[in-house]
Amino acid sequence: MMGGLFIIITSQNYLKKIVGLAIFQTAVFVFFVSLAKVLDGTAPILTKSLSVYSNPLPHVLILTAIVVGVATSALGLALVLQIYKNYGTIEEKEIENLELKSDK
Amino acid sequence: MRDKISSSPVLSVVSKVLFAPIIIFGLYVQFHGDYGPGGGFQAGVIVAAAFILYSMIFGLAKGETLVPVMVNRYLMCVGVLLYAGVGILSIFLDGMYLDYNVLSTNPSSGQHIGIILVELGVGITVATVMIALYHSFASFKVSHE
Amino acid sequence: MNFLLINFFLISLLLITTFFIFKSTSLIGIVALTGAFTLLCSAIYVNLDAVDVAFTEAAVGSGISTILMVMAAAKLPEGKKNKLINLFPSIILAISISLVLILIISNLPLLGDPNAPIHLHVVPEYIKESKDFFHIPNVVTNILASYRGFDTLGETIVIFTAGLGVIVLLTSNTLNRKTKFKNKEKK
Repeated sequence: MMGGLFIIITSQNYLKKIVGLAIFQTAVFVFFVSLAKVLDGTAPILTKSLSVYSNPLPHVLILTAIVVGVATSALGLALVLQIYKNYGTIEEKEIENLELKSDK
Repeated sequence: MRDKISSSPVLSVVSKVLFAPIIIFGLYVQFHGDYGPGGGFQAGVIVAAAFILYSMIFGLAKGETLVPVMVNRYLMCVGVLLYAGVGILSIFLDGMYLDYNVLSTNPSSGQHIGIILVELGVGITVATVMIALYHSFASFKVSHE
Repeated sequence: MNFLLINFFLISLLLITTFFIFKSTSLIGIVALTGAFTLLCSAIYVNLDAVDVAFTEAAVGSGISTILMVMAAAKLPEGKKNKLINLFPSIILAISISLVLILIISNLPLLGDPNAPIHLHVVPEYIKESKDFFHIPNVVTNILASYRGFDTLGETIVIFTAGLGVIVLLTSNTLNRKTKFKNKEKK
């Protein structure tokens, strides 16, 4: 999780930042799903022979969150592509320099 | 670059063979979601993957004749409206919003119908959104020339 | 015991992958490593009995999202080896947040404890009702579509909106105005 945060803050490349965001997100998902685990339980699909199931509620929340996460990171990628089209670079410092130059 | 890929006979034959099984697997995941792992979200992505494979191998132009852009955009709306429409329908049948008990005479089978319809709405939305994402990423040109 | 060992192994692989994503500068390399990362995550979900989540992560995370990232990386320039920015503050931030989280861990219930508060509240009712009333074996589908129907409606609308946003950003003509910065560089 901290790895993801670290990548977001320290890297200059915007695509890498989005990957860092995805990693950060996934760490939270793994934490949530780990809360749902019951020892000696099975997947929450009811059968006659088994009676201990994992908690299905966090699974539902994370399932939808994964799909939403992909949709939002696609939106981020689209923004990165537009930035590249307009600035010609996706490195943060270079865009900053271009902005400073245009202000003068 | 795209022409070079599509000229490879292995890729085009394999993708033609795989296209129908992927869609059938997607439908299986969609409608078997009540009994095993699966559901609208996964099925939508799998069906979208078949169409994305097609337009990756045969080029974007052929992919867009298979799934026209405007049809795709209308289907995106149809998916969301199907989900919301089930809720409205249950209001008209003297229930509460998204209360599936009233969809059939027997509450239990009403729930079944409601869940299948709602999952279908989710599946259509996810599949078409993913295809739309792929098409807009593929058709985007960075250079102005 | 096996369960914990497998989990430990997979999570250490995740850490290694994260480290190489951090080190790598080639965009395609980063994208490929991200695909591997999400696949490892879906293995972890299977190990934690979340088969539906693992299915979604394998299909969506390592399938579609990798394709989209490859599409984007193919259009972007090769990553440059720039030096890291904000290195010092981010180290302090990362260490302090990790310390807080480690302190909180001791208050959490043990992994897999069947008497943890999360397992006692509404979930037993859900499982019982879906056995007796719904007759739908997959409880996840049941909660997703019926108990938490509003949630899922919201999520579907979010996906729809994200799709609309991408379409507007990438295919609309109004955004294709002249780029002031690129032209200046050419002069």
